[in-house]
Amino acid sequence: MSPSDQPLVRISNVTRNFKRGAEEIHVLSGLDLAVNEAEFLALMGPSGSGKSTLLNLIGGLDRPTSGSVQIGEDRVNELSDRQLAAWRARHIGFVFQFYNLLPALSAERNVELPLLLTGLNKAERRRHVAAAFEAVGLTNRARHFPRTLSGGEQQRVGIARAIVTDPTVLLCDEPTGDLDRKAGDEILALLQSLNADHGKTIIMVTHDPHASARASRTVYLDKGQLSNTPVA
Amino acid sequence: MRFLPLVWAGLKRKKLRTALTFLSIFIAFVLFAFLGALKAALGGGVSMAGLDRLIVRHKVSLIQTLPESYSARIRAVAGVAAVCHQTWFGGIYQDPKNFFPNMPVEPAAFCDMFPEFVLKPAERQAWLATRDGAIVGRSTAERFKWKIGDRIPLQAPIWGPPVGKSQWDLELVGIFDGAKKGTETTQLFFRYDYFEEAREREKGQVGWYTVRIADPDRAAAIAATIDAEFANSPYETKTEPEGAFAQGFAQQIGDIASIVMAVVAAVFFTILLVAGNTMVQSVRERTEELGVLKAIGFSNSLVLALVLLESCCIAMFGGFAGLGAAWLIIVSGNPVAGLLPVFYLPTASLVSGCLLASALGIVAGALPAWQAMRLRISDALRRGG
Repeated sequence: MSPSDQPLVRISNVTRNFKRGAEEIHVLSGLDLAVNEAEFLALMGPSGSGKSTLLNLIGGLDRPTSGSVQIGEDRVNELSDRQLAAWRARHIGFVFQFYNLLPALSAERNVELPLLLTGLNKAERRRHVAAAFEAVGLTNRARHFPRTLSGGEQQRVGIARAIVTDPTVLLCDEPTGDLDRKAGDEILALLQSLNADHGKTIIMVTHDPHASARASRTVYLDKGQLSNTPVA
Repeated sequence: MRFLPLVWAGLKRKKLRTALTFLSIFIAFVLFAFLGALKAALGGGVSMAGLDRLIVRHKVSLIQTLPESYSARIRAVAGVAAVCHQTWFGGIYQDPKNFFPNMPVEPAAFCDMFPEFVLKPAERQAWLATRDGAIVGRSTAERFKWKIGDRIPLQAPIWGPPVGKSQWDLELVGIFDGAKKGTETTQLFFRYDYFEEAREREKGQVGWYTVRIADPDRAAAIAATIDAEFANSPYETKTEPEGAFAQGFAQQIGDIASIVMAVVAAVFFTILLVAGNTMVQSVRERTEELGVLKAIGFSNSLVLALVLLESCCIAMFGGFAGLGAAWLIIVSGNPVAGLLPVFYLPTASLVSGCLLASALGIVAGALPAWQAMRLRISDALRRGG
């Protein structure tokens, strides 16, 4: 499935400033970005360049100081906290660098978490969880607890949790940052397959050129500005 | 219901800490239930007291006796419907630790005055016909496995042995039950005429009078009239409602209600700190997890509810289990071996215990739940990463 020409994510003139004591830090300055539906975008840049901040703004975890963030028809920055929570549950799947699984829950219970916010009954939830595990190739480990899984397996569970509600956008924050090369490659191949075979729109923050090479487009962030070429 | 596994997972996260918190709450509520039963036991006389009954005793103290001749003069006071007297006998059965109250009374007048002591008609007749007959409450009869027809020997340090004998020897002719739950059934009563004839000293003296009045609204006026009748005599009286008398009797060993309240308050304040600390620690350790829940769409109010629910689960499981265990111990037999007149867990204590357990959960969980609700997702995830 190739990316459509329709922008799904539209970031317009977004600024994000933080206060540290009396000092105001400008992390993002008048930033514009459009990501098409079914596109696999890699977002690269040095540490502190604002990659995670941008990802948080797209995912509705944070609000811009100014500018607008639009996903599909929704102006994310205009939603209330309650609306934003419901919107995230419906449209966003997060994949974290350190997997962020709940250790007291089995893998399948972790994957079921986002479905608890839907109106699905138990049988339907089980069906969705099974499908997500099949998609990430981890069906035989569904009943295991996170501590008994390898890093690569935990990240697969994290991806299964992110895709179980069939979200509009998958946001991945350094998904291979805590994995060795082999496991990282497997995760990247899985993300690539979700994008190519299932048409998932993926925005991935990474430091690793090897990872960004798997994406259909790479943009570079430095000093709050985006460019299409690597930062010198 | 769908979120319960999540709450359960939170409780299982640190099993030892959850178990210890549960145990501390469990023990606190066992204590609460026992104190409730103790309070009911010591205040039993107050709650069971008749509104239409007054007690006339010596003005100086309860242990001073009054002349038996007062009976007729009290009966002559306007508004008095009936009079009977009792005297503290202090008899000991085999061993001083086998304590139970025992008093000589006039059987007919006594049975009419205290309908809450339910005696079979045949046993009442037997008592009226047997000069050395005695009746005893069910709990004391069961305690000593007495049955009708048994001879009950009593030593009486206060009165000494009866004339010509070494001990007081009574025949058990009746076993009475309480008309209501909480009616005292530990007492033994025997006939005053037998006591009067056999005692060697203070003949013609009785302990106190119980007076039934026709109109409870006139209790204060009648009490004043009775006391005025005996003013400036060698045996001045103090007349008060039976409830106040029973309360004064109980307060001889302290203000039980205040002591119980103070102990309960101290225990619960400590438990509140323990449970609150557990929840605060639990939330702090799970900052990252709560951030993840919020990131995947759990609203602030849902996170608040989950933390509160977790706190309530510990408090209510511990509290209900404690109350249940105490209830089982109390109903399976009097754990104070008859030392108290009644020992039961009042329904009011059980209900207030349940409410208190729920309140404990909410109060202990309020602050951590509020912190969890206010948690910023990006901060939580950054702290975790």
